[in-house]
Amino acid sequence: MAGKRILYPALLLGGFSTLATVLLVAGNLVTRDAIQERQREDLLVSLRQVVPESHYSNDLLADPLQLPGPDGTPVTIYRGTRDGQVSALAYPISSQGYAGEIRLILGLDATGKILGVRVLTHAETPGLGDGIEVAKSDWILDFNGLSLGDPPPEQWKVKKDGGRFDAFSGATITPRAVVKAIENGLVFYRQQKTRLLDPPLSKGLPVVRVEGATHE
Amino acid sequence: MSSDYRRIIKDGIWDNNIVFAQTLALCPLLAVTGTASNGLGMGLASTAVMIASGLLISLLRNLITPQVRIPVFVLIIAVLVTLTDMFLNAWLHDLHKVLGLFIPLIVTNCAILGRAESFASRNHALPALLDGLMMGLGFTLALVILGASRELLGSGTLFANAALLLGSWARFLELVLIPDYKGFLLIILPPGGFIVLGCLLAGKRLIDRAVAARRRRALEAIDTPAGEAAR
Repeated sequence: MAGKRILYPALLLGGFSTLATVLLVAGNLVTRDAIQERQREDLLVSLRQVVPESHYSNDLLADPLQLPGPDGTPVTIYRGTRDGQVSALAYPISSQGYAGEIRLILGLDATGKILGVRVLTHAETPGLGDGIEVAKSDWILDFNGLSLGDPPPEQWKVKKDGGRFDAFSGATITPRAVVKAIENGLVFYRQQKTRLLDPPLSKGLPVVRVEGATHE
Repeated sequence: MSSDYRRIIKDGIWDNNIVFAQTLALCPLLAVTGTASNGLGMGLASTAVMIASGLLISLLRNLITPQVRIPVFVLIIAVLVTLTDMFLNAWLHDLHKVLGLFIPLIVTNCAILGRAESFASRNHALPALLDGLMMGLGFTLALVILGASRELLGSGTLFANAALLLGSWARFLELVLIPDYKGFLLIILPPGGFIVLGCLLAGKRLIDRAVAARRRRALEAIDTPAGEAAR
């Protein structure tokens, strides 16, 4: 008797769990490709904001480069090429803001000059720190055309710290973090310049493919 | 029967409103009501889930034994929310970009489980569906009122970014009511949510009391000679 009373609810719960799993797996299978495609489009949209299309003639997402970043974690670099030469670079940068990590994407031309920077995600205070978004203010556009030597290193700070860049009233930590992230991104370019500018077709994918083939 | 449906509608929108009467679902409520548009988006997404979960649970109510009902309800709601999230992300991606933040938050809405337990599991499919719809609309109403008040006081606009949520035809909703407003940060931040919500709850009580007082006066009028004839 007691066994029967517990058997039905147990089977019921097990059945519902199985059904839920099946539904979720099916949902995932049906939507996975479409979601990946949408994420590619989103990525392309943000890449186009920091690297104008006139600067390259290839598919930016086709052959991304992976290099170890300043803190050891790999950084994915999207490279634009023209006539077989790397003509533009875009890669994510980040730093710690007032409320968590601020993630940005930095676009450079082959000489290391900034083509554009945009904030991807942040959790800064609305009305104070969110001026770093291009939708809220033009502040982030001030970085266009700058590079590591222009302004000189001691000027790569907010005005309050004796540097060149404006801070927002009531929010210094946020712009300070963004300036720092961009500066680090430019230092990364200087350190990895040769590998970043190495034309992508001479190495990378084809070599990997050959290796894969021999292993199989 | 029709008076039952009228009761369900009245309960959902006003008398037993999730926020104003039951003070449930405060987590998603306070999290998203910085603007009226966000409130509307969250409200509509929650309504969809409430309708679906109400209908499903009422159809399955005779199958589910009391001992395991809560985990089964949680499972059903979680699956619905996750599937909604996936489908929106895949096929209505622009809407998902606006609502994406809120959709996982729907599962933190204890009111959905509350309605499943207290209404859908005890009623036929049609009343359960209507209850889900009305509770959802009541919740949407609360979200929009709270969002609109905070947006107006905090940033001087109304329905900012409504076009992102509803499409470009909704641009007429986007109003700047106070030009050159410097913003009132406290209202936008979480404490402002609590403050405005407190005022709205007090306001609902005042209205209810005024209505009750008027009804009492009307009843007293009926008890006097004119009322005798009416009986």
